Amino acid sequence: MYKSINEANQAIIDRIKEARPHWIGVIPAKEAVPTLQQGHKLLHAGPPMTWGDMTGPMKGACIGACLFEGWAKTEPEAVALLANHQVEFIPCHAVNSVGPMGGITSANMPMLVIENITHGNRAYCNLNEGIGKVMRFGAYSEEVLDRHRWMRDSLAPALNAAVKRFDKGVDLTALMAQAITMGDEFHQRNIAASALLLRTLSPKLALLDYDKAQMAKIFEFLSVTDQFFLNLAMAYCKAVMDSAATIKAGTIVTAMTRNGKDFGIKVSGLGDQWFTAPVNTPQGLFFTGYSQDEANPDMGDSAITETFGIGGAAMVAAPGVTRFVGAGGVEAALETSEEMSEIYLEHNPLFQIPSWNFQGCCLGLDVRRVVETGITPLINTGIAHKDAGIGQIGAGTVRAPLACFEKALEAYAKKMNITE
Amino acid sequence: MVQAFIKKGSFQDSVSLMLISKKLSNLEEINEVSVMMGTPANKSLLAETGFWNDMFNEATPNDICVAIKSDNSDVDVVNLISEQLENALKNIAQQQQGGARLLKARRLASAEQKLPDANLVLISIAGEYAAELAEQALQDNKNVMLFSDNVALQDEIKLKQQATAKDLIVMGPDCGTAIIAGAPLAFSNVIPKGNIGVIGASGTGIQEVISQIALLGQGITQAIGLGGRDLSAEVGGLSALTALKMLDADDATQVLTFVSKPPADSVRMNIIHAMQQIHKPIVALFLGAKAEHAQEGNLYFANTLDEAARISAQLAKVESTAVTLPTVANKSILGLYTGGTLASEAAMLLADALKVPMSKTHDKGVMLDVKGHKIIDLGDDFYTVGRPHPMIDPSIREQEIADLGNKSDIGVLLVDVVIGYGANANPVESIVAGVEKATKLRSKDNPLITIATVTGSEQDPQCRSKQIELLKAAGIVVMDNLPEAILLTMKLITPKRQEAKKQTYPLLDKVSVINAGLRSFAEDLQSSGIPVVHYQWAPIAGGNKKLANILKKLQ
Repeated sequence: MYKSINEANQAIIDRIKEARPHWIGVIPAKEAVPTLQQGHKLLHAGPPMTWGDMTGPMKGACIGACLFEGWAKTEPEAVALLANHQVEFIPCHAVNSVGPMGGITSANMPMLVIENITHGNRAYCNLNEGIGKVMRFGAYSEEVLDRHRWMRDSLAPALNAAVKRFDKGVDLTALMAQAITMGDEFHQRNIAASALLLRTLSPKLALLDYDKAQMAKIFEFLSVTDQFFLNLAMAYCKAVMDSAATIKAGTIVTAMTRNGKDFGIKVSGLGDQWFTAPVNTPQGLFFTGYSQDEANPDMGDSAITETFGIGGAAMVAAPGVTRFVGAGGVEAALETSEEMSEIYLEHNPLFQIPSWNFQGCCLGLDVRRVVETGITPLINTGIAHKDAGIGQIGAGTVRAPLACFEKALEAYAKKMNITE
Repeated sequence: MVQAFIKKGSFQDSVSLMLISKKLSNLEEINEVSVMMGTPANKSLLAETGFWNDMFNEATPNDICVAIKSDNSDVDVVNLISEQLENALKNIAQQQQGGARLLKARRLASAEQKLPDANLVLISIAGEYAAELAEQALQDNKNVMLFSDNVALQDEIKLKQQATAKDLIVMGPDCGTAIIAGAPLAFSNVIPKGNIGVIGASGTGIQEVISQIALLGQGITQAIGLGGRDLSAEVGGLSALTALKMLDADDATQVLTFVSKPPADSVRMNIIHAMQQIHKPIVALFLGAKAEHAQEGNLYFANTLDEAARISAQLAKVESTAVTLPTVANKSILGLYTGGTLASEAAMLLADALKVPMSKTHDKGVMLDVKGHKIIDLGDDFYTVGRPHPMIDPSIREQEIADLGNKSDIGVLLVDVVIGYGANANPVESIVAGVEKATKLRSKDNPLITIATVTGSEQDPQCRSKQIELLKAAGIVVMDNLPEAILLTMKLITPKRQEAKKQTYPLLDKVSVINAGLRSFAEDLQSSGIPVVHYQWAPIAGGNKKLANILKKLQ
């Protein structure tokens, strides 16, 4: 169908540029992912995973989800259920979804619905819970579960109703194009996008028939949840990259994700196959009282942002976080983005970065470029404590392991009947 | 009248364009320029401000509209402004690339993207990889300087053949030194600009010669390195031949200096032959092979680095003086000397240059009289009967000089100025008087060029520099010694050759460098104001041959 790899890659790039994901609603996970309706099933981040291989935070989130869904009454009951293979695990990526950190999503958790109105495909992601003790970092105390119930019963319906009041939902491309000029890179920093989103939603939320206390709590939550937009950005990128993957040719990476054990990538021309290698552990800054020794290995579907070309690749856009994520000063952020430009094929004219002389963010991560240069994508990430229940202890950066790109390249060569 | 043009598909922000408008409006050739993107708002602004041209109806918001008000009909203002606009846009693009920050890239292709004008790749990576990178550079039409050593001989031959086919040059491998268009490449010195082009197969050889040249008050145009093996029988001097062609074509280069070990016999013939085809003086030093002759045609053979520099500096002075003088091609030479030995040396040097024997007899002080050229010793007994020696009373020479007003066949007058105790208190006075009388009688298209040498010191009563000053003030050329005077004389009476149009080598006018390897080389270039991008080279696929091969096939 395509005469050359470059032609296929160009088709992917064109498709990425054409995609226009809109946020069109918030629905229960069991509606977004119907398979969750039967049996005990949990979505998780990263390539396929088993209970035995999970690290602490992901296990903690699984326990929390079992309690949330009422599959178990106590922690030991939940652990027994999980250890006895009573719960089926499905990667988010397998069902058009993504989830940050553990990515654990169960039937009755609400999910954001993002529709790429150009190509018609949808992507889903759970809602951001805020900071502190949160399930995505493995916490499952009553406080955590309470927040999830409130999100399910109050926040999600309100957001859904507000979003429905927009014709075709909220155009996220326009919002993100603004936010990147305001210092967001959409992985470690989403404060501008979250603020813009709340600004956009406010007039619609105000029209809802909610009592004042309920509405105040919703506004309170949205006004302090700096990373609220992260989950939208992830679903945005997932919608775009899923659409790109339909080209089914070329060497552009369409997914990057981690499950605490493996880092996995998918490549447009290699279908649904995961190419994995052991994950690295993020390096960065830690909250007072925590250290590098307690850091969990890299985890989460949020590297979909770097797959799309933002996050670590757009470090130069977010000077505010460069030191926090261990990237040094502004100069280092520029160096990082310049380095990343070597492994992406183009720049995305939709997301111009002022501090990069209005160059667009990176676009089209090419397996060939990664293997050729040995430069691996830099992922901006939060750092989870390795033990379940403690939560986020810092933030930093981590490199994708080179081996998964090398494996993918060899597989591509094999597919093309190329021997050395 | 408003003249206009549109630059299609080039978006620029309004602030940049306002700055450009202001800058271009300062040009003398035009009254005012307005440069704007073709948005509807800007178009109506152009109309309101009297800059409208119907051509702008076609412009889109992505096109730059340029309107020029000018009363000047002599100049193609559209062309002028178009050129200036391109330069201004280019400057913006380069500023955007980061000012003082060293541009960096991790792939050759992105280095080329960051520096689209790059015309030289300076390679100092490990030898085993250097050839492959050099080959890529040549494929992309870049010249190459290979600082790296341990490059296989077969690779060197292949690279140089490829370069030759594309009119590019490969300097090296193992080329330590070059200075191209003022760019210091690898081990290099800051040498004044001049008219000597240096070619060398050895880095320190080049460095010593150019340092000596600077010490002698002269400067260089280029210093082109070849690498130590270039003149071997296997490589055949491919880069040396290219370098000779380049400097032949380089108008600023008036003298060539060639430094190497003795070439292989077969190569020597070719090199010498190529040198003989160049109508510029060339000083050749084949270090270690004693030269049989000091000079053959345009070739001067030196035996040491400092001698090569000395001869080059002398020729450089002669060449740079010659271009300031009118043409007296095919005219005759007259030397009027007051000093017998000076006359004798001048005669000897001239006879040598004309390839004629010296006169055996010196009747009436005539030291040489051949083909209309004469050298006369006015201190001969014939002229001093009953009058003082011309060094004391120069009136006889003044008369002889004045008589040249009617001798239109004479184009060059050679004179000595002997100062010191016993000599005339101001010998220049009578020379100047004579030259003025002669010149008065001559028409403008029949000039008389007077070349003087001064014998005497700064401390002499007449003072050397003061005498020189007076000579120069009268339009008289002063050379440091007789060999230089005779070289200049010969240069002036020899008709210039009509040269065929030569291949041009843009590299010699402006160098933009991609530096692969040692970062300090890039920093040196940057601090010298040379456009450079540092290519942080690493072996493809980390040196994994299997993956590298796959990558090659998956392009």
